[in-house]
Amino acid sequence: MELTGKNHFELFGLPVQFDIDLTAIGDRYRELQRATHPDQFATGSDQEQRIAVEQAAQVNDAYQTLKSPLKRAQYLLELNGTPLDDTDTQMDMAFLLQQMAMREELEKVPDAADPFSALDKIRNELKIELNKVSQQVAELLSINGDIDAAKEPVKKMQFLFKVQQELDELEESLAEQL
Amino acid sequence: MAYSEKVMDHYENPRNVGTFDNDDDSVGTGMVGAPACGDVMRLQIKVSDDGVIEDACFKTYGCGSAIASSSLVTEWVKGKTLDEAAQLKNSEIAEELALPPVKIHCSVLAEDAIKAAVTDLKNKRGE
Repeated sequence: MELTGKNHFELFGLPVQFDIDLTAIGDRYRELQRATHPDQFATGSDQEQRIAVEQAAQVNDAYQTLKSPLKRAQYLLELNGTPLDDTDTQMDMAFLLQQMAMREELEKVPDAADPFSALDKIRNELKIELNKVSQQVAELLSINGDIDAAKEPVKKMQFLFKVQQELDELEESLAEQL
Repeated sequence: MAYSEKVMDHYENPRNVGTFDNDDDSVGTGMVGAPACGDVMRLQIKVSDDGVIEDACFKTYGCGSAIASSSLVTEWVKGKTLDEAAQLKNSEIAEELALPPVKIHCSVLAEDAIKAAVTDLKNKRGE
């Protein structure tokens, strides 16, 4: 199978955009895994075996990138030649204020009278923000979208997913204490 | 990943965690976020009429290196003039805390936070 030179979307037979069919990529992943599995080349030459290992890694990398909304969005920016700059720390002030507030609330959760309802409140707020930002990202990172304008919402996505991750971890640790 | 002793020290005993009233004319606030990891940092300075930083505080939601970087900066800028503080380089922070390459962006965040705080105060004073 010829995979060289294909980007992750092409590899999975998808249009190069944010909105993708997640069920389809799961099926395609298993198909590609079978086709590139190094065991298939166990009797092949060293060269064939080496290529098989590389292809299996490429397939895996592509799948991990495509199934995560954040990684998928960042990858689209990379393909566009405009990756996020790790040293660009300036952001919309209202957004940063909201982020500080969300994390302050999260910090207070363990001391709340009802920690789980406090968590739910933050989760709802987060969901609204994530939906809003994801919708912007999907619009801008579509086939004829304005990719350059997508940077800001993709950055926001990173912060929102961080809150989500911390929220999930906190919920888990609270549940363990029950 | 192992943190350096200095990072651990600031992480376990962060200096100057807190908030100043942003409506106070002598307070400058810098807010920044790290797109690489989603960390957020707020750094505030209290400045005398002749432009000397009398006090500083911070609040950082992030990893040990980000907390240590901002904690260190609040210690360093006290007693400095606004211009001196604005010249602080992330490389000095990274060196002092012995940050590994993957954590350099934490020191960048702290540098940008103090710069933003200085700018905010200068804007407030119409400079």
